[in-house]
Amino acid sequence: MLDTFPRAATAIVGAATYGLGEAPGFGNFDLAALASLRALALAGLKPSDVDGLGIVVMDEALSALNFAEYLGIQPRFIDNCRTGGSSFQIQAGIAALALASGQCDVMLIAYGSNQRSSAGKLVSSSRPSPWESPYRPLRPISGYALAAARHMHEFGTTKLQLGAVAVAARQWAQRNPDAFMREELTLDAYLAARMVADPFSTRDCCLVTDGAAAVVMVRADRAPALCRRPAYLLGAAHETTHREIAAMPSLTVSGTAAAAKRAFEQAHIGIADVDVVELYDAFTINTILFLEDMGFCRKGEGGPFVASGAIAPGGSLPVNTNGGGLSCTHPGMYGLFTIVEATQQLMGVCGERQIAEVDVAIAHGNGGELSSEAVLVLGSEATLSEA
Amino acid sequence: MRILILRSRSTGGYVFYPRVAEPLTGATDLEWVEPSGIGTVYSTTVIRQKPPTPDYNLALIDLAEGPRMMSRVEGIAPDKVQIGMRVKAKVIREKDASLVVFEPA
Repeated sequence: MLDTFPRAATAIVGAATYGLGEAPGFGNFDLAALASLRALALAGLKPSDVDGLGIVVMDEALSALNFAEYLGIQPRFIDNCRTGGSSFQIQAGIAALALASGQCDVMLIAYGSNQRSSAGKLVSSSRPSPWESPYRPLRPISGYALAAARHMHEFGTTKLQLGAVAVAARQWAQRNPDAFMREELTLDAYLAARMVADPFSTRDCCLVTDGAAAVVMVRADRAPALCRRPAYLLGAAHETTHREIAAMPSLTVSGTAAAAKRAFEQAHIGIADVDVVELYDAFTINTILFLEDMGFCRKGEGGPFVASGAIAPGGSLPVNTNGGGLSCTHPGMYGLFTIVEATQQLMGVCGERQIAEVDVAIAHGNGGELSSEAVLVLGSEATLSEA
Repeated sequence: MRILILRSRSTGGYVFYPRVAEPLTGATDLEWVEPSGIGTVYSTTVIRQKPPTPDYNLALIDLAEGPRMMSRVEGIAPDKVQIGMRVKAKVIREKDASLVVFEPA
């Protein structure tokens, strides 16, 4: 059957973060609630207006039930999808279907984590594979390191090109007062960082922070009444390829390729229409891999592309304008933060890092070890007439 | 100590890790067979440790029969393992369990 995703039938009318970096004294649901209240307030709404809820937190399998109770609501539509960091893109895509078919009227999608303050490291929410754990993989870093090593082998991608991703992310973070790491990162400092899993050093790996995010979605007809510049959902698609890295069909092509193709078709856009890309940079190779998979450069040319300065401030394609998981925040699952940043870029509220004239923004999510890839295409009011 | 993986009698397809049916075909006529033990390094990394704890290799190995598995390559410095290297399986004892590792063929 033809893909009839309801293009621009829904929109994000509120998007917010809370407690990026360190937020001691708060639990996961506290942080998610504080971000939710901010996002709802931006649309003039409160918890009692919410009748659709999506959430996942690292340490509670039934998170959506807990969070509905926390907010005091009895949602008639709920989504507890947990695919790791891509959960929120998938929830937003399903929310569009639910809103468009009248299953709910106000959808709240939230996330919160206090992992830095409570554990000081990435909190795992998945059991280790009995077929891999005897070899002591450093999950999830080693999975991505193996992908990076393979990319270097097949295409000649270099450590310096990986470094260009880290440096660009830091340069964006320096323009974001909420980013956790803002001190200058030079290529020399990048190269001098402690090795963790070849070819990765600490500076190839995302941060371990606290933080929360939330977005509020409604049907498009209601959006202008709640928000001056809504972010319309033009396309949403995801692709699952494996769970453990050994089962990934090819370590140099992720499910992002298939997901982006479908999401772009739903949205009636091509890559030339994209003004800003927020992608899930848990590791430096991710940025290279996902830009290739989405088609911003050819497969294998991601290294030279990022090293040309294209993705840094002033470059031809603004990527991860908040500083990304590498330099802004990474509280366990980062997917919702790309949605917030893409939305805020469309809303024009990003201050020093704001991109001029944003009409199409990509918010990408990644879960597991390159296992679950999801792509949202968000557009301004100007994109509504293009359908 | 032998290494055994699964193979479908009807499709001839090899299966690793062990499960009740062959992926995609769903064939359940699986039997244990001894693979050649020959493989090729598909990707490799070195997990770095705080000295004096030694660094160690982590690799993905494509078995000659088709399946890919996580393992490590021994008998060579962990950072000398290269993608495309031909390797041969052996079984070692580690932490009271048997473990399949590889060494250069």
